[in-house]
Amino acid sequence: MAKQTPIPDELTGPFYKALNEGKLVVQSCNACNKLQHPPKPVCAKDGCGSSDLTYKEVSGRGTIYNYGVVYDCPIRVLQEDQPFNVAVINIDEDSDIQFYSHLPGTKVDDVPVGGAVQMIAEATAGGDQKIVEWKVI
Amino acid sequence: MVTENAPDSFYRTKLGLGVWEHRGKVAATGIGHSPTSRRWDGKAETSVGAFAIDSIRKAIADAGIDPSEVDGLVLDATTTTGAHWEDGAPIPMDVVNSWNATDDPLDGIAKLSAEWIIKNMPELTNVKFTMYGPGCMSRALVVAAQAVGDGLTNNCIVLKGWHNLEGRYYQGGANALDTRPGTAALSTLWGTPASYGTALQFAAYCTKYGKNHDMMAPFVVQERANGLLFPEGFWAQHRPEPLTIEDYLAARWIAKPANLYDNDIPIMATAAYIFTTAERAKDHKQKPVYILNHASSRTNAKSLTPSLQEVEDDTYFTGQKIYEGAGIGPDDLSFENMYDGFTLFHQFHMEGLRYRGVQNGEALDFYATDISPEGKNPVSPSGGNAGSGRTRFWMHTDCIQQIQGRAGERAITGVKPEVGVSGGPMPMGGDFIVWSATPN
Repeated sequence: MAKQTPIPDELTGPFYKALNEGKLVVQSCNACNKLQHPPKPVCAKDGCGSSDLTYKEVSGRGTIYNYGVVYDCPIRVLQEDQPFNVAVINIDEDSDIQFYSHLPGTKVDDVPVGGAVQMIAEATAGGDQKIVEWKVI
Repeated sequence: MVTENAPDSFYRTKLGLGVWEHRGKVAATGIGHSPTSRRWDGKAETSVGAFAIDSIRKAIADAGIDPSEVDGLVLDATTTTGAHWEDGAPIPMDVVNSWNATDDPLDGIAKLSAEWIIKNMPELTNVKFTMYGPGCMSRALVVAAQAVGDGLTNNCIVLKGWHNLEGRYYQGGANALDTRPGTAALSTLWGTPASYGTALQFAAYCTKYGKNHDMMAPFVVQERANGLLFPEGFWAQHRPEPLTIEDYLAARWIAKPANLYDNDIPIMATAAYIFTTAERAKDHKQKPVYILNHASSRTNAKSLTPSLQEVEDDTYFTGQKIYEGAGIGPDDLSFENMYDGFTLFHQFHMEGLRYRGVQNGEALDFYATDISPEGKNPVSPSGGNAGSGRTRFWMHTDCIQQIQGRAGERAITGVKPEVGVSGGPMPMGGDFIVWSATPN
């Protein structure tokens, strides 16, 4: 599915740079040692508030928390692919960290909730920027 | 006069604050509703500004006060239902010039500032306090309640307006482009419609408690039935069509398990209320409806979208805050009018309140019992957004009308409507009011 191409900014630059190298990184707080995603200017975990943040590589493995099937998508470039799955993935390192996934290769509405997944770096239709997707393993 | 957003200190977001210091000392009296329409037809007299003036004048007349007695205005300046004025789209200057415009030509068309209201309602000669409660009517009500309680205003208009334009909402702007900048891309690239997060939580709810989407049908059907008895509402005015269980079960999916009727229809409408002190309310035309508490949730999702656990934790926490500040418990509620737009999260609000003793995972079974306004366990007697269109204010109007004895054919009859609760929008991140027939 051809998604919109993300344009990295200062906050998301390291995340997208790593993806182009096939790696998944998540913002990590040097003060409280917790992960957060999406990245923010300061640590939002439990009122920490530290701006001493870096990016930490994670395993790229996770599980499917749950999913919905999108039949009425607001994003133009995805509308011809409807209906499609959108699952929420919890990464193995921290079950509070979520990623969305279309679960490429998984049939629509036939999603193994609780099943294991592995990240892939997926190309987008325009530009050179890759994005994170997940495949059931 | 510069109008600013209410400071954080106005909101009661924490548990342990005790009983609200103004409990029973603030009251709602007058109500005013504009007509409803599906979309703006481009005329000055049907713009959101015109609707706002109409609803304010009705509310003042309903309260039985002179416009010169109004000294406060609290509103939400944002009026979009999801429809935005496209950059570069021509602005209808004939409409702009038919009003006393502000510096923003879209003021009164695609937004509503306090300045625009004051400039176009010359009868409001004594408004000295204005403030924004950004987000929706629930927040404006909370701000107004606190402002009246704090003595910043004595007769305060509380206003919320909505505009809706041609075209499908959320389909233009950045969603129509091939690229997406910034952190937004981390969630939006996957193309989830607005109801997706709620659908996901509902899916997790069904998984956890062994429920299914079909069990929502009695609630949604009752919502439409209640809405058709709400003469101020969109469905009652324009499409008086009952919804059947078969209609609901056959509806197309939007974000499965959320279908068309789990989503609300975007409309244009405004509503205004008059808030005043309990002392002054005695001189107003309508029976005072006293405010026992207001409470707010400002909890953020831990990641992209709240999990079921996050929602259940927060709605329970919100319920505790609501009860603590009001000095009541679940057994004191005559009825509940918590938010429903999307229908699939109403049970989170209700279970968080432990309304009628309903615990987590039990609401869908409760929906199969008598939840009508005539029964002993009325659920969302307003019919909410599902019953009257997306405004996020039917629930508040209904609470006031039920307690005033002015709910007409929607009147709660199975119990005496003495204490009600309303608020929203989302299960995480909302503002809530406890309404009462008596100040204590």
